[in-house]
Amino acid sequence: MTDTSIARRGGGNASAPSGRPRRSHRPPKKASGLNPKYIPYALLIPGLLVMVALLLYPMIQVFIMSFQKVGLPQIREINPRPAEWLGWENYTKVFENDVFWSSLRNTLVFAFVAVSLTLIVGTAVGVLLQQLSKRMSTFLIIGIMFAWAVPPVAQGVIWRWLFDAEAGIINWALNLLPDFLSNALFGRADWTGEPWLNEAFTIYIVLVMTVVWASFPFIAVSVLAGLKSIPGELYEAARVDGSGPWRTFRKITFPLLKPVFAVLTILSIIWDFKVFSQLYVLMNGPTNREAFNLSMFSYAEAFRSPPKMGSGAAIAVILTIILLVVTAVYVRQMVKSEEVQ
Amino acid sequence: MTVTSYEMKRMRKSAKFRKKARKFALNATATAVFIVAMFPVYWMVSTSFKTNDQIFTTEFIPFPTSFTFEHIDRVLSEGVAGNSIWLYLRNSAIVALGTVAVGAIFSLLAATAVSRFRFKGRTSFLITLLVVQMIPAEALLIPLFLSIKRLGLYDQLLGLIVVNVGLTLPFGIWMLRTFVAAVPKSLEEAAWIDGASRMTTFWKVLFPLVAPGLVATSIFSFITAWNELIFALVLMSDSSGYTMPVALQFFFGQRGTDWGAIMASSTLMTIPVVVFFLLVQRRMVSGLVAGAVKG
Repeated sequence: MTDTSIARRGGGNASAPSGRPRRSHRPPKKASGLNPKYIPYALLIPGLLVMVALLLYPMIQVFIMSFQKVGLPQIREINPRPAEWLGWENYTKVFENDVFWSSLRNTLVFAFVAVSLTLIVGTAVGVLLQQLSKRMSTFLIIGIMFAWAVPPVAQGVIWRWLFDAEAGIINWALNLLPDFLSNALFGRADWTGEPWLNEAFTIYIVLVMTVVWASFPFIAVSVLAGLKSIPGELYEAARVDGSGPWRTFRKITFPLLKPVFAVLTILSIIWDFKVFSQLYVLMNGPTNREAFNLSMFSYAEAFRSPPKMGSGAAIAVILTIILLVVTAVYVRQMVKSEEVQ
Repeated sequence: MTVTSYEMKRMRKSAKFRKKARKFALNATATAVFIVAMFPVYWMVSTSFKTNDQIFTTEFIPFPTSFTFEHIDRVLSEGVAGNSIWLYLRNSAIVALGTVAVGAIFSLLAATAVSRFRFKGRTSFLITLLVVQMIPAEALLIPLFLSIKRLGLYDQLLGLIVVNVGLTLPFGIWMLRTFVAAVPKSLEEAAWIDGASRMTTFWKVLFPLVAPGLVATSIFSFITAWNELIFALVLMSDSSGYTMPVALQFFFGQRGTDWGAIMASSTLMTIPVVVFFLLVQRRMVSGLVAGAVKG
């Protein structure tokens, strides 16, 4: 939900007082013992401490650990051994591991498919919402809000139940299809007892549906807000000039909403790259190595016995680097725009 | 080209018909989307009120005709992994509320600093704020686990609160600063002219106006902490300290899954989040996202 406000680029700026404070209305000087020059720093200290201690310092630590051997002897409470420096060994070992390559593939393919589908469905529903009457659109927004609000773990639980082999409703519904149609589409007619969550490929089909279902509402609502801000005269002018709905979307809506789409795409990439909770539930913990993504692989390496924290750290570093490269474009754009001025 | 009045009438009529057909098609599509979005949630709730013979069947039973509270009763009394679901709900609430309490204060202070003052290092701080949001929580898992253990916070809800504050704070500051910036500075200046101190101005002028934004930010942090799974998995070993997301995993047993119980628990876990969503719905839809387009 809130992530909406990341998307709120420039919103604050627009209403923020621009320029320097006016000279005439200076704040009281003697209010506190503190020199006003230091007030902002004093206000920042708690937040800054938290960020350094809980985000930046661990980031450096994980980077260092990825070059070390950190196993049970190093992390046990009684008389731990110092971490052993390995150089690039963790990385070379990870690269030699087939599970790494399948995890990388799963991460990338899943992110691509899920992000595209989420954006397409979300945009379509956003456009739909704009066309509806006020009452109907409120009704639909409340409906999709429910899908959006379900906690990720509960999402996994629900979809695992829908796709349950014996009593799942999906197998029941597939059995309803006329045999010839089912045969033509899937090459089979009987879906009774079909286990969806045993193989990597079908696990990811379910995961894509889960994630798209849960994240399209945010896109739809953001697109709707964007659409509302486009002046109606533009559409009227387009209609007068005889532009069809698709052309209007391509020539007016899309270009004007480009900044919104850019933010939504990046946010979706960030979320879908490291999907963990839903996958964890759908595959019943880190059991099926073929269905790992990078998050799950790092977790499994570090926290299943025997713990290989160094190797887990190396995978985490690789994941972070991929994410930072993908999002660098976004950060640069934000920095360039007035947002951080 | 001339248009007779008859043709005009016909055109108007067909336009009216087309308008009606379009409206019908739109509403039908909207209803279909509504059903697709709602069905999984409905299925969770309805399963938690069905008896086991209605749950474990290959037939489709749309409504729990054998309406029962047996699953809800069971998860609240027997629970899972040795404790009642109440305990896990309580743990989750403690972690989420603790995160919100600390996060709200810290983010309000920092947001005031960056949107009310111009100072050296401000831009670098804002850039850092953006960049740290890109760091995946999974990358911090291993070092934070070791640190929490060293600090003696392992297996304690306090440890989870600390971690969640770290995870939610950057976004909290980022979100709240737009709310602070939206309050016109002239209001504070007027208070200063009337002789109010900085402190008084902050509490009597700025704070009441930022309060709705603070609520929205806090709800975000609450939901994030409430939903958090991976750190809770790693930092809690004793079942009495599990949060809801961890406890739910224990319903998936070796001898098959007690779907009635897990759906009842999931429903209980989802209710507070849905309530919060509906509370801030209007603000989210109209206010928050709108700014995205101006940028």
